[in-house]
Amino acid sequence: MGHAPTTPTRKLTDAEARLAEIFATQQSAGAPQLAKLRTAAFDAFSRTGLPNRRDEAWKYTDLRALLRDVKPLATPPEDSAKQSAQNAAVLAGVATRRIVFVGGYFVPGLSDLGDLETGLSVMSLSGALAKGDAATTAQIGKVGKVDDPAFALNTAFMGEGVVIRVGAGACIDRPIQLVFVAGAQPATYFLRSLVIVEKGARATLIESFEGETTQEYHVNAATEVVLESGASLERLKISREGAAAMHVSTFVASLAADAQLSDFGFNLGGGVLRNQSFIALNEPGAHAALRGANILKDKEHADATLFLDHAAERSESKALFKSVLDNSSQAVFQGKILVRPGAQKTDARMMARTLLLSEGAQAYCKPELEIFADDVQCAHGSTVGALDENLIFYLMARGICQAEAQSLLTEAFVGEVIDAVEKRSVREALTALVSERLRLRQ
Amino acid sequence: MTALLEIRDLKAEIAGKQILNGYDLTVNAGEVHAIMGPNGSGKSTLSYVLSGRPGYTITEGQALLAGADLSQMSVDERAAAGLFLAFQYPLEVPGVATMTFLRAALNAQRKKRGEEEMSSPDLIKRVKELAKILDMDMEMLRRPVNVGFSGGEKKRAETLQMMLLEPKLCILDETDSGLDIDALKVVSNGVNQLRSKDRGIVVITHYQRLLDYITPDVVHVQSAGRIVRTGGKELALELEETGYARYQAEAA
Repeated sequence: MGHAPTTPTRKLTDAEARLAEIFATQQSAGAPQLAKLRTAAFDAFSRTGLPNRRDEAWKYTDLRALLRDVKPLATPPEDSAKQSAQNAAVLAGVATRRIVFVGGYFVPGLSDLGDLETGLSVMSLSGALAKGDAATTAQIGKVGKVDDPAFALNTAFMGEGVVIRVGAGACIDRPIQLVFVAGAQPATYFLRSLVIVEKGARATLIESFEGETTQEYHVNAATEVVLESGASLERLKISREGAAAMHVSTFVASLAADAQLSDFGFNLGGGVLRNQSFIALNEPGAHAALRGANILKDKEHADATLFLDHAAERSESKALFKSVLDNSSQAVFQGKILVRPGAQKTDARMMARTLLLSEGAQAYCKPELEIFADDVQCAHGSTVGALDENLIFYLMARGICQAEAQSLLTEAFVGEVIDAVEKRSVREALTALVSERLRLRQ
Repeated sequence: MTALLEIRDLKAEIAGKQILNGYDLTVNAGEVHAIMGPNGSGKSTLSYVLSGRPGYTITEGQALLAGADLSQMSVDERAAAGLFLAFQYPLEVPGVATMTFLRAALNAQRKKRGEEEMSSPDLIKRVKELAKILDMDMEMLRRPVNVGFSGGEKKRAETLQMMLLEPKLCILDETDSGLDIDALKVVSNGVNQLRSKDRGIVVITHYQRLLDYITPDVVHVQSAGRIVRTGGKELALELEETGYARYQAEAA
């Protein structure tokens, strides 16, 4: 299997062996134009296997230990599952263009692909491949140079997703919302999307992941984004997975000159959640803002791992991640900033703040800077603390009960992230989701 | 008639250190009392003990608000029962919009008292009226609570909260500190509008200046954790002349 490993052969874990088996049998199916890409990806995966705590990038989320078995690849969903997905992940007061996937399958009946705005093209990944869309094949898997076993697995097994193209200069006001609802049975979902925002175009992409089920299921999702010069994308990923779900998501973005990326990750539930982002600022003036908020309870674990690759002059990146941790939940923030030779005037800032609501909760924060240019500004910081007792007293002295005071202050803490969202209606919907999640706690 | 505030032989401590040493004070509805005294005499401590700040423990004696034992109530219950403390240093609450805060506070109190909640349009209307009296820009009230406010703006905001919540007993802890003369007049005007036969006001201050604008019915001198002298408003003027030295010597 694959190339000869350079280290002594390790016995495969059950999950790794099962993945190899599934990969061998799925070869006959699917789009032939991806066969080479898939094989190369699986070979790359096989060289390392599932990442474990000795891999620096996966230090606090040991996938090898966590993934004890592999759930079967999803089969098409029952009609009842589709029915119940009708109102899944609705953002109150936000008119989005919904594209719905249930149990890993595209559901045209629940999706709104009519009356596309001028310049906008949206296809399901399977649809694009079936049509032989050359642009899809040319770009998928090639947006960035990402060497990561979870992403390699996604490429090897990629199932369904979307291909979105926003034509040069088009401004798409209505947010495009991808809704991924878990099916009722234990399964593994490999979801893959490709988004190309051409010169000077702008759009908003929302990716909602929902799992009402208490079943164990695994999501491996990946989104590749190409931002051409002057293009702008706001992307919001909202995860409300089931308590026994394991969700690993890879975001790969490539930014040309003066492109603007504003990315948000909200983790509002799920057993294990990992959002890894590989952002390449390839040309001068590219700007990436990455923000996230985790609101976790019980034994939930969320990991945000960022790699910001500054390869050109005057590129900027801002990262702000906030976590609210109750019970024995855990949050991980790892951020690596690489400033390549010649990327002068780079401005890169990272901040991770954690609010501990319980003594059993834990936060891990690991920034890394690798700088090969001499005229740059880079900063990172992190804080971990409890709610300010003086503020709670102040609120209570005005008649607000303790629980409500804590909720207000916690919402305010998360609010700094939400405030950066562009559309007011989306901010309000997010505030309501966060508020609901916090009050659920009590 | 039950006094609005009745403090009897109150002893209180912070971290094992006794600060109030047998405090007696009675405030009836309709009265304005001034408590004056040197730094370190426990004036702020009194306000925190009454409002229930964590860490301030009553070891002996009683404090009754309209006959109800304050020590048996949580901080928010005391507020709902009609106690309002205007903070010497009002806190900034980043991320909490002022209107959200005012609505939460007013309606929490009303709910606890079994009264109907105030609707958002009514609340906004009322806040606008109060902002006008206090010469505050509504823009300020669209910001998070007190964030970026100057000392004077914070005191105006504090007075606005007090006027909106309409407490039975107002305790003003060094409201004059950090105020310029114009702000002092505006804030005092707000406080004077709250004077009524049903309400008591306790003004804690170091200086006589505030009392030029808020005329007290009774003036107390506090030293070493208790009241050492009580008189009329002329006592404040006398203190301005003589200072606190003789009371400090007496207490020692």
